[in-house]
Amino acid sequence: MTRKTVTCTINGKRREFSIDVRSSLSEMLRGEASLDSIKHGCDVGECGACTVLIDGRPFNSCIYLAVWAEGKEILTLEGLTDTKGTISDIQQAFMDEGAVQCGFCTPGFIMSSIPIITSDTPASREEIRKQVSGNLCRCTGYENIVNAIEKTQKKRIEERKGSGKK
Amino acid sequence: MRETPIGTPIRRLDAISKASGTQMYLSDYRFDGMLYSRMVRSTVARGRIAAINMPPLPDGYYFITHKDIPEGGVNELYMIKKDYRCFAEGDVRYIGETIGLLVGPDRGVLLDLEQGIVIEYEEGVPSISIEEGLACKGGPFVGDRNLFCDFTIDKGNIDEVLAKAYRVVEDEINTGWQEHVHLETNAAVAEKEGDKFIINISCQCPFYVRKSVAGLMNRPFEDIIVRQTTTGGAFGGKEHFPDILAGPLLVAVNKIGKPIQLVFDRHEDGAFSVKRHPSRTRFKTALDKDGNILGMDIDVVYNAGAYESCSYVVLQRGVFHAAGVYTIPVTRVRGRAVATNTFPSDAFRGFGAPQTLFAIEVHMCHLANELGIDPLELKKRYFNKKGDITVTNGHINDTVVLSEMLQQVMEASGYAQKAATYKPGSGKGIGISFYNHGGAFTGNGEQMIIKAKAKLHRRADGIVAILVGSTEMGQGLQTALAKIVARVLDVDQDRVVYDNPDTSCVADSGPTVASRSTMIVGKLLERAALEMKERWEEPGEIITQAEYQHPEGYPWDQSTFQGDAYITYGWGVCAVEVEVDPLTREVITKGVWSSHDVGVPIDELVVKGQIHGGIIQSLGYAAMEKLENTAKKGFKQVGLSDYIIPTSMDFPAQTATLVHNPYPYGPFGAKGMGELVFNGASAAFIDAVSRAVDTEIRSIPIPPETLTELMKHGA
Repeated sequence: MTRKTVTCTINGKRREFSIDVRSSLSEMLRGEASLDSIKHGCDVGECGACTVLIDGRPFNSCIYLAVWAEGKEILTLEGLTDTKGTISDIQQAFMDEGAVQCGFCTPGFIMSSIPIITSDTPASREEIRKQVSGNLCRCTGYENIVNAIEKTQKKRIEERKGSGKK
Repeated sequence: MRETPIGTPIRRLDAISKASGTQMYLSDYRFDGMLYSRMVRSTVARGRIAAINMPPLPDGYYFITHKDIPEGGVNELYMIKKDYRCFAEGDVRYIGETIGLLVGPDRGVLLDLEQGIVIEYEEGVPSISIEEGLACKGGPFVGDRNLFCDFTIDKGNIDEVLAKAYRVVEDEINTGWQEHVHLETNAAVAEKEGDKFIINISCQCPFYVRKSVAGLMNRPFEDIIVRQTTTGGAFGGKEHFPDILAGPLLVAVNKIGKPIQLVFDRHEDGAFSVKRHPSRTRFKTALDKDGNILGMDIDVVYNAGAYESCSYVVLQRGVFHAAGVYTIPVTRVRGRAVATNTFPSDAFRGFGAPQTLFAIEVHMCHLANELGIDPLELKKRYFNKKGDITVTNGHINDTVVLSEMLQQVMEASGYAQKAATYKPGSGKGIGISFYNHGGAFTGNGEQMIIKAKAKLHRRADGIVAILVGSTEMGQGLQTALAKIVARVLDVDQDRVVYDNPDTSCVADSGPTVASRSTMIVGKLLERAALEMKERWEEPGEIITQAEYQHPEGYPWDQSTFQGDAYITYGWGVCAVEVEVDPLTREVITKGVWSSHDVGVPIDELVVKGQIHGGIIQSLGYAAMEKLENTAKKGFKQVGLSDYIIPTSMDFPAQTATLVHNPYPYGPFGAKGMGELVFNGASAAFIDAVSRAVDTEIRSIPIPPETLTELMKHGA
């Protein structure tokens, strides 16, 4: 068993782990960093429950080798809550729109929605459905999830307009 | 009392922990000294175990089998009957049957050890399909006919009606296996605390788990404590199936003395777990010369797999729903659950009703085709009305508002115009289906079998705790029940708490199944809360309890299946519009419209969430969730790349409406609804596709390759 040191930024903090080189990123984040919002739904990149952002892009962390995370910036659901423990608008929207049922897919869905809600180009409902189609949900029929993402996207675009940013 | 209607949405009790990522599920718990485990299973569908050749086990590793069952314990998991073994012993009946449990500290080592186990079998000839089971291929292994049960219910004399009929239309409808695909796989950790056994488990029915293993462990119920962990979806797949994990784990904990975790990986959860029963429903329908339906002879067979588990009960529900929402003057329904060498079929949302409801809807369409009229016109003539006699010679007690619901769906979908414009075979089609779901346990089961209790505790800190065994699995039950209690007590919602149940602390309110929890347990809590409200001014703690009371005047005989199988039903109407690609036969769903009667919704957002999810699951069942089983390999489509469930792109936005139709015995007028919403969309989809391609479809699922074959060769 070969071990290696991986240094990366997780939710804004620089972290260093000595890991088995065969580990997946999800194993490192759950096992070493205790970030349990990352769910193991399939372990083969089919369900999306382990989605995290790596340098701003969503990845299935179960099929991303931990060693590839060297030097990367990783964002997990835990990183969306601010230092006072206040949750973000997208999390609030998931709660308000009834997008949360059993909750097992929820962290992955929220992470997959970040690029949509932070984009300056508004996405149609069809485009939202396409962008989260790598995340499976068996409870909601997706309707309320799309509602939550659409609502947050619109709110953020309005906010950016209000603050003069393009 | 507050003035807003009860249905006005509130924040779900579990929303914040789940949206913030702090919610723990079973696999997130770590216990001191916890060991891991892997199930070792049969790789043949039928045979005798000739030898089990084990690799050398390193120190600290164990292989647990039936030989390790504690003294006085019996190799059984007590579900409805005691026929289900905890470990295979001597012979195996299906691929995936538990033979043993490998236990040890390192998961990698366990995987290596598992690879090194060689089990030799003397293989028998298995039966896999319904036809093979009925033909006793390889010789019967349950009784002398391979039947777990075989019963018939008559309303009038069908033989006379068939003999006198102007014509008789025969039909056969088939449905396939379906996998639950709860996103959280099956998972449990067992441990010992003092002389008591603890099972932490993702499940629907903690008291079922306790009952199932008590005989195995030769312990009284009180010595086994089941703690439900937050459950990431279930759909019936965690009703009895958690027993299959709990049994071997407890035997292992008894021997080893350390906490042991068993978490299925996705492949295991697909290949080696219970499924929805495949079905074959045959009709002989008697018509007079004017095209009126005189009677139906319906023959229902479900593929139960290798053990009975709850198949008899599932079949009963299928049989009692066999005439759908229609009052047919004379009926006979025969039901058989056939034993095959497949993984046991078990509970799945709808519990036997979806198969026969699908069959009757499709058959009614075929009858309409024979008569040359729009299916809707035929179906409307036979809608159940209050006071009508059911197939069990009981009554429809509800005021049935199907016509009003139909009106809603017609207006939203433009059904009339589309049905008239889209010519058969044009590639465009719209379909419509009607369905119901009998609330709670069949007949007097709530009174005779379940005897539910519910408890409320106003603690010293003024917080009111709901103490019931009913579980949250994503359906929103904690929210619904807490809302009922807060409403009755007229206290702020956040003063009512409802933790995951622990069997040593809560009242046994019965299993979280059969769409019974809001309707039955909610009513008990309403009563317990009313009593608490009367005593509210008392100082200190208050505990109130309520026990189930069966309403008078709804006779039922469980030995003959005669009477009111259900006091009330939820009702549904669904329309689906499709376009079929002429080349690839890919079906694009263009619209989905539904109306449901759930009595009074306790929370409209929760109810709509159930409707959306149930309908998509039902559309998946019809359109894409193909699951084959072979004698050599067992289930063929086991990963999520092979077993295809709907993604966010497969079906469009839905329009869902509700009618208010209060149920007098439900809390705030609520009826059951979790299963109802699964029961009908599949038939509407198939109606639409059949019209679009002008071909009758008699079997689901119907993925594009199957549709192509069907259109080439006919049904």
